[in-house]
Amino acid sequence: MPERRKVVIIGSGPAGLTAALYAARAQLEPLVLEGEPSSTSDQPGGQLMLTTDVENYPGFVDGIMGPELMGIMRAQAARFDAELRTAKATRIDVAPWPFEVWAGDPQADEPTVLADTLIIATGARSLMLGVPNEERLLGYGVSTCATCDGFFFRGHDIGVVGGGDSAMEEALFLTRFASKVVVVHRRDELRASKIMQERAQANPKIEFRWNSVVTDVLGDTKVSGVRLRDTVDGSESELAISGLFVAIGHEPNSSLLKGQIELEDNGYVKTFGGTTRTSVDGVFACGDVQDDYYRQAVTAAGSGCMAAIDAERWLEERGE
Amino acid sequence: MSEKIVTLTDATFDEHVKAADVPVLVDFWAEWCGPCKMISPVLEEIAEEQAGKIQIAKLNVDDSLDVSRRYDVMSIPTLILFKDGEPQTKIIGAKPKGALLEELSTYL
Repeated sequence: MPERRKVVIIGSGPAGLTAALYAARAQLEPLVLEGEPSSTSDQPGGQLMLTTDVENYPGFVDGIMGPELMGIMRAQAARFDAELRTAKATRIDVAPWPFEVWAGDPQADEPTVLADTLIIATGARSLMLGVPNEERLLGYGVSTCATCDGFFFRGHDIGVVGGGDSAMEEALFLTRFASKVVVVHRRDELRASKIMQERAQANPKIEFRWNSVVTDVLGDTKVSGVRLRDTVDGSESELAISGLFVAIGHEPNSSLLKGQIELEDNGYVKTFGGTTRTSVDGVFACGDVQDDYYRQAVTAAGSGCMAAIDAERWLEERGE
Repeated sequence: MSEKIVTLTDATFDEHVKAADVPVLVDFWAEWCGPCKMISPVLEEIAEEQAGKIQIAKLNVDDSLDVSRRYDVMSIPTLILFKDGEPQTKIIGAKPKGALLEELSTYL
């Protein structure tokens, strides 16, 4: 028989780890399937593992680096004996109860663990451009992680695609290394918050290429530039850069959940009544996988706390 | 850190990978890289389990940029397997243990 747990949490970003902290302190002995190492998507620690300075997480006056913050959150959950397992959930079945969760081989006869309550905190991933040669040049100038790779572009020109806060954060971070950072944005104004816009526009190393989209990444063995199309007049041009960082938005990590719980048309998990309840009684969702609007570390952490409390009360009501 | 893992620098790299009697998997990493930290425990395990077949070495790109440049390391973590001093295979980005072992299977 697979082991049975009161609370199983899938995902280990701010939402999953906060849910783990609360569930552990409520003595529910949660199991966290934290994911497996990756540089692109659903790695342990979530999206903050690939980000730079986090300046808006309360409690850190001088800001903190994303990976460091996640290390602290993980240690805090572990301190109360949440079990953190470096494994990726590959299949769930929420028709039977207790719910069935597979980690590793999704075709295995038996699930890995049975869950009285399930907390989904699988987060979201950055969208790539999806243009020719982008994937081929990944790691050769195309990067998914500004913190990791900015260093290699000291004295080079870098392109950042996007107009939101993430794009501005990356552009500003990359000015530490680059001689010039060109922000390529498809519109003629930014979506980023006022403070980030002002900071980016005031930085002498940052230039803007408005109304432009990247249609191809150029380079033989490493990136030498990108091809741009003007969204107003349709004209094409080339921009010489050695590094390309993309921050054009996110998509939820919800493929595991298809056919199991109700999703919105855009793939995000539906939650009900201002709680973390999903369409399946006893399954809760928190963090970016159910939030396409706020998407902040602190809102993810907040909803992780809500999910743990919702799960705890759900178990109490059933006398579990 | 496992005693079986060696630390290399620009100064010691060439001699070490040439003289090694087993293939050397070099982990190009840095303190500020989140995904590098993720694969660190995986490499510890591989170092122990595959001792005698493969050696794990760590090279801090922050201190040893020359070697990193020479092998076009532009993203970390990058793992490069050297045999008789020559690069054989390059793995870019953090990957789970199973995927790493598969990519290295020819050398194990």
